[in-house]
Amino acid sequence: MNDLLVRNISRSFGGLQALLEVSFDVARGTVHGLIGPNGAGKTTLINILSGVLSPTSGEVIYRDQALHRIPAHRVAGMGVARTFQNIRLFPAMTCLENVLAGHHLTALRPLLPRLLRLPSAGREDRKLMGESCEILARVGLEAKSSHLAKNLSYGERRRLEIARALSFSPKLLLLDEPVAGMRRAEAAEVANLVRSLAGEGMTILLIEHNMSFVMNLCSQITVLNFGRVITTGSPEEVRGHREVIEAYLGSGDHDA
Amino acid sequence: MLEQLAHFYAVYGSVINFIGINALMALSLNVTLAAGMLSLSNAAFAGLGGYAAGILTLHFKMPYVVSLCGGALVAGIVGLLLGLPVLRLRGVFLAMATLAFGEVVRIAAVNLDITGGAEGLTGIPNVTKTWMIYLALAGAAYFMANLRRSRMGWALVSMREDETAAACLGIHITYYKVAAFTVGAMMAGLAGGMYAHLNYLITPRDFGFFVAVDLLIYNIVGGTRVWYGPILGAVLITALPEILRGAGVTAGPIRMGVNGLILLMVILFLPNGLASVFAWVRPAAVKAKTT
Repeated sequence: MNDLLVRNISRSFGGLQALLEVSFDVARGTVHGLIGPNGAGKTTLINILSGVLSPTSGEVIYRDQALHRIPAHRVAGMGVARTFQNIRLFPAMTCLENVLAGHHLTALRPLLPRLLRLPSAGREDRKLMGESCEILARVGLEAKSSHLAKNLSYGERRRLEIARALSFSPKLLLLDEPVAGMRRAEAAEVANLVRSLAGEGMTILLIEHNMSFVMNLCSQITVLNFGRVITTGSPEEVRGHREVIEAYLGSGDHDA
Repeated sequence: MLEQLAHFYAVYGSVINFIGINALMALSLNVTLAAGMLSLSNAAFAGLGGYAAGILTLHFKMPYVVSLCGGALVAGIVGLLLGLPVLRLRGVFLAMATLAFGEVVRIAAVNLDITGGAEGLTGIPNVTKTWMIYLALAGAAYFMANLRRSRMGWALVSMREDETAAACLGIHITYYKVAAFTVGAMMAGLAGGMYAHLNYLITPRDFGFFVAVDLLIYNIVGGTRVWYGPILGAVLITALPEILRGAGVTAGPIRMGVNGLILLMVILFLPNGLASVFAWVRPAAVKAKTT
């Protein structure tokens, strides 16, 4: 069953055609990879899917609802979360506060009971605190919960961004280079996390340059080059595709 | 002892009152600053609130509390109407647009009949008492302290940290910007109404460009990230001329220079304002207890 339908998406920036007639489907509860050389339009596509950019033409259908031309906060309201290639955390907040802030869509936190010192405010705070700690534990940051986001290492920041994206229990998760700059062991932990999220029924679309990560994790891969889809298929199909090898993997060594 | 206190109040009562009013206005600017918006229209909102409250008292014979509420409401409504178009701007462009709005309010006050022109609105009964100012300030401080952990507070701080990331978490940026702008305008309008009923009169100059900049200085000196920051800044900067006078320096002509020097020192050595001094003391105390 398909969760996300991308139909003939085009986007131009002035004279630059970043995406041209891009179409592919993402099945529910699967991990779908999006690969391609630098400048292929991968991040532009994620920006369109999350409502940060609107497409010049084409449609995005998510669970029977049109997603294009809807502002980012409403896309999030439909259960779509994302991370950013150039990490966009809340730097002056602690790890725990980043995840607490991420609860905007699922938490109530009304002002009036707080002003009146009603016990319900404290109850909700404790519940959110517990949930947030669990999410941090899931990405392996429970020991860093009181550290400021700006003081984390690069890999930790990437994992905190995933934790914040998970805080409102999304149904579709868009990850833009989740393991860029991570050590092998750290990347393997993220791979396990992504696999377990998909196992719980979450749909995941990810961009990544780390080929062993993509090939091991994704059931389907879409390859973009110069804004066009070269092919969509299983890792084996993509690995053997002549145009993909020419455009992206180079000759011979494709475990870069 | 009691006599000395009474004497102190007789001498410094008006400074104490103005410290409270300035702190309330500084806190009103903090609502938008905490959300990362550099808006400089809060002095104008205080002016609007002051004029509206004064007019309600003088021309419509309204009781004090009704006039104050009316002033805050007028400022809030204008804030809402101004916020909708202006909050599409960011950074210095928002600062410029809001400063321009301040000039519009000042020039309107000079030229309208109902505001008393350049001479201002005179003969407003002096009914604001010190305890009323500090009650309003305490209420505003309590509101700000609790706002931080509420739905709106989390949204505002998230927006300050990263607007795009905040939007992708489902935060409606425009809604919260306009809401913050309106709440700040109402708080400033309340301060303006109290000022008008303290000072017998309100003139167009009372809430002009320099007051707009002063409110920003209070926030930067005190610190924008905690609710008591702007209060600290307002207390220090407002009381400073009196303290200097006590030390034998007539600060009148060099007041702006002294303010500038303090601002420079704070930016260089305490980038998060005076409030960060308290933030340093606390972890150290905790550490001392555990070792």
